[in-house]
Amino acid sequence: MESLPHGDFIFAAYCVTVLVIAGVILWVVLDGRWQRRRLAELDAQGIRRRSAGKSS
Amino acid sequence: MGISDLANPTRFLAFSGRVLPFLWGVSVAGLAAGLYLAFFVAPPDYLQGEMVRVMYIHVPLAWLSMAAYGLMALASLGVLVWRHPLADVAAKAATPIGAAFTLLALVTGSIWGRPTWGAWWVWDARLTSVLILFLLYLGLIALRRAVEDPGRAARAAAVLTLIGTVNLPIIKFSVDWWNSQHQGESIFRAGGPTIYSGMLWPLFIMVIAMTLLFAALLLMAMRNEILRRRVRTLELAAAAG
Repeated sequence: MESLPHGDFIFAAYCVTVLVIAGVILWVVLDGRWQRRRLAELDAQGIRRRSAGKSS
Repeated sequence: MGISDLANPTRFLAFSGRVLPFLWGVSVAGLAAGLYLAFFVAPPDYLQGEMVRVMYIHVPLAWLSMAAYGLMALASLGVLVWRHPLADVAAKAATPIGAAFTLLALVTGSIWGRPTWGAWWVWDARLTSVLILFLLYLGLIALRRAVEDPGRAARAAAVLTLIGTVNLPIIKFSVDWWNSQHQGESIFRAGGPTIYSGMLWPLFIMVIAMTLLFAALLLMAMRNEILRRRVRTLELAAAAG
């Protein structure tokens, strides 16, 4: 980036974009895992949707 | 499968599960191609110089900040008028993702502005209206957190979202209506784009790839929201005995 004029500004713009989008991806993935784990816990306790047998 | 079949959350989960790998694959390939063209093929701008490279990420983010809100407005109509089962799921899931993209549009624009305009921020009509859009996103997140009943939260958020749509044409036409520091419309304009084709193609590919990335994130967040509502329903049923 040193050879690129204003390379530090360009690098900063792309870095912050990658970091924030990576954060959103991580949040979505972890949230999905947490919801599926909670549903599995409820299922293990015998608490399940009435339609669970017909459709997942 | 017709589009109306997707109103069923279970069918939506099955459909989105099949579509997501395709969305991720095309999005990642598009981003790789777009970034290669943006950095190694597209020329520097005659005025902005190398700082034009920021445009290849800033423009897609700015487009998606508005597109996400437009989608939320359509979903809000679905909540209030058609009472579509997935409408509030879509609106709620899109809100934090739209907020993140709007924040990035503001930050990348600010980073571009410092060497180009000599200022991190100016109270220009375009910048200020996008800041208002970001505050609207934050307000919607706060509103949903403040109202405990999901049905009331959905209706209140839908009304606020629809009121906020007045800001979308203000953002779009601010550079025409007021004497703006921000450059005028050069891509989505009557008479076609005025941008050089060697810059337009990388930008076009980046817009498509980022839109597919947004779609993938939205589908994943919608799937999570459907599961969250199932968890809530089961926990309430368990608590009721």
